[in-house]
Amino acid sequence: MSLLTVSGSPHVHDSQSVSKIMYGVVYSLIPAMLVSFYFFGLAAILLTLTAVISCMAVEYVIQKYLMKGPVTVFDGSAIITGILLAFNVPANLPLWMVVVGSAVAIGMGKMTFGGLGKNPFNPALVGRVFLMISFPVHMTNYPKATAFSTQLTDIVTGPTPLAIMKEGLQKGESVAEIIPQIPEYAQLLLGQMGGSMGEISAIAILLGGLFMAYKKLITWHIPVAYLGTVLVFTGIFWLIDPGYHFNPLYHLLSGGLMLGAVYMATDMVTSPMSPLGMLIFGIGCGVLTVVIRMFGAYPEGVAFSILIMNAFVPLINRGIKPKRFGEEVKNG
Amino acid sequence: MKTFKLGGVHPPENKLSEKAPIEVLAIPAVVSIPVSQHLGAPASPVVAKGDKVKTGQLIAKGAGFISANIHSSVSGTVVKIDDMPDSSGYRKKAIVINVEGDEWDEGIDLGSELVRECNLTPQEITARVNEKGIVGMGGATFPSHVKLMVPPGKKAEVLIINGVECEPYLTSDHRLMLEKADEMLVGITIQMKALGVTKAIIGIENNKHDAIEHLSYKVKDYPGISVEALKVQYPQGGEKQLIKALINREVPSGKLPIEVGAVVHNVGTAFAVYEAVQKNKPLMERVVTVTGKNLKKPSNFLVRIGTPVSELIEAAGGLPTDTGKVVNGGPMMGKAITNLEVPVTKGTSGILIFPEREAARKPVQNCIRCARCLNVCPMGLEPYLLSVLADKKRLEECEVERIMDCIECGSCLYICPSGRPLLDQIRVGKAEVGSMIRKRSQH
Repeated sequence: MSLLTVSGSPHVHDSQSVSKIMYGVVYSLIPAMLVSFYFFGLAAILLTLTAVISCMAVEYVIQKYLMKGPVTVFDGSAIITGILLAFNVPANLPLWMVVVGSAVAIGMGKMTFGGLGKNPFNPALVGRVFLMISFPVHMTNYPKATAFSTQLTDIVTGPTPLAIMKEGLQKGESVAEIIPQIPEYAQLLLGQMGGSMGEISAIAILLGGLFMAYKKLITWHIPVAYLGTVLVFTGIFWLIDPGYHFNPLYHLLSGGLMLGAVYMATDMVTSPMSPLGMLIFGIGCGVLTVVIRMFGAYPEGVAFSILIMNAFVPLINRGIKPKRFGEEVKNG
Repeated sequence: MKTFKLGGVHPPENKLSEKAPIEVLAIPAVVSIPVSQHLGAPASPVVAKGDKVKTGQLIAKGAGFISANIHSSVSGTVVKIDDMPDSSGYRKKAIVINVEGDEWDEGIDLGSELVRECNLTPQEITARVNEKGIVGMGGATFPSHVKLMVPPGKKAEVLIINGVECEPYLTSDHRLMLEKADEMLVGITIQMKALGVTKAIIGIENNKHDAIEHLSYKVKDYPGISVEALKVQYPQGGEKQLIKALINREVPSGKLPIEVGAVVHNVGTAFAVYEAVQKNKPLMERVVTVTGKNLKKPSNFLVRIGTPVSELIEAAGGLPTDTGKVVNGGPMMGKAITNLEVPVTKGTSGILIFPEREAARKPVQNCIRCARCLNVCPMGLEPYLLSVLADKKRLEECEVERIMDCIECGSCLYICPSGRPLLDQIRVGKAEVGSMIRKRSQH
């Protein structure tokens, strides 16, 4: 008889694994990806491929030649970062900029901290914010969502609904005057609006979110707290002065909020561990987003809000503990 | 359906032997009976090398309050009293007996007729349970007489009988409930008398419909006892979880169930109490499930204590050629054994055989902070944090984060997608924090 294995209990294990979780997230991104391919055409496909391949390549090079450790580029996490980075930039961004963004996302955002699971900030958002600050013109030059086209250059571009809203208000126009300039609810829902490649379709993103919740890859806490806070916060302003503030639905459906609430804020590595901590994190993201959108210089604040809240995660984990068994005894 | 609310997992049930009736296993040629088969101080031998012993005779006496008597499971000659390997992997003192026939000690009723009447006083019952070496049969092997004595100032309100058997694979309690229902119920009645309670609830997981039905029918003859079906959710059979599920009370951190008026005993213990009190029979045999996916004949055997594990495996069709791991107990909390000659003891509920491909753990990867360990912890702890703190020897912080509340159910390590050794590190930390606390209380 061969030797028996001896190990501590338990001796059975769940079939879930890191790569299954990561690929589950990748699959959930497919609907939103298809919508952006439809609206932005070949440019979106090239952008996504470039981002994914360069993220994986950067991770490979760093793991193999700098860290000289195991290479885990196929665990799916670099693929997610690539796709989400592509989702967070305009579809017509020059591809070399995408490569730079990927290198920053993976190199600075993830590997400097030790790789998967150790990074405090969402890598894709680190890449996006780096690009935003470095190439503000390209990063705010959004192509118009039209039906599928194979054009790569000279695409018609225009501002996002949030930019139209912000500029209009700054020019002193009233909400009633601005609304005709922005897409209708149905268009916002489906994704027929200007914006970053993957953020446009609320429906496709929600579909992916439901898939992830069904597969237990995310819980409801962060998206619901985030979206709920934005709804309530903007709703209060709207009720106070509907002539100057937009209907909360516009806030929910435009810009990167949906993508941020469902995908960027729920990144398990950079969000709190306990359910209550997640709620606090989501509420914080929501408050910051509204503050930046309404009072900040940028029309959109999702990326900054999530990154700022990422920085609070260790503090939240330290302060917010799960409900312990036998802690407060309610007997009866 | 009732269940505990916090955490929990649902591993594949794999109750392969649930239809196999309890078979009496042949008495082996030699038994090795450890003097420490229970929680607490080891018993001290009262026989010497060369002594003749009878089946059921006292061979080692419990040393102290939390300890238990040990009786011979066979008749024959004591050939040595020496350190022998046991399931924990250590060598511990055991009494080795060469079997000669099967001559029982006087006064033990070997008849199979049910004896319902019990005229003993509560003190006499507890003394008998103590004398006959009864310990918790669910695996923790806590001496039963201690649990039947209510500490001064406390009051027992309800006896909870654990028929949950939430460990996958194991079926010994299930078979016992089906085949020895009346004996068990009389045992419960006796325990109720000892504790002075009028109410007992038998909790059974809802994957044992036949046992729930059978007992629900049988309890009609036994006033005060009821049966409750529980959701299939591990660790439903954890003492604190079971109390929460059945009577919705939370045992405070660091306290015993009696704090909330509950006493929990296993169904196997209830049966052993019946045999001790009504038949004068000591605890010297028990039901053991022998199971595994590649085993020819997954079985439930009635086994004399001290029988080598190899004999049980042989009787169940022999060790499969691709065996990679043999576990004493269930897959979630059992101990992997190093040697198939180790003996069955009072706490051996099952022998589980894993094929090679299921023997090894997943490769360890980085923690991805998915929070699954935290969500499944039935004690509301943070295993990811405790494992790191324990690993870094930050013991004071471990204590603050309530490492001593861990019941070592293994849910965290079961669920971890990164295969991190969460429970292994927490166990080490628990031991160190425990000795730190003991040292502190000495000063």
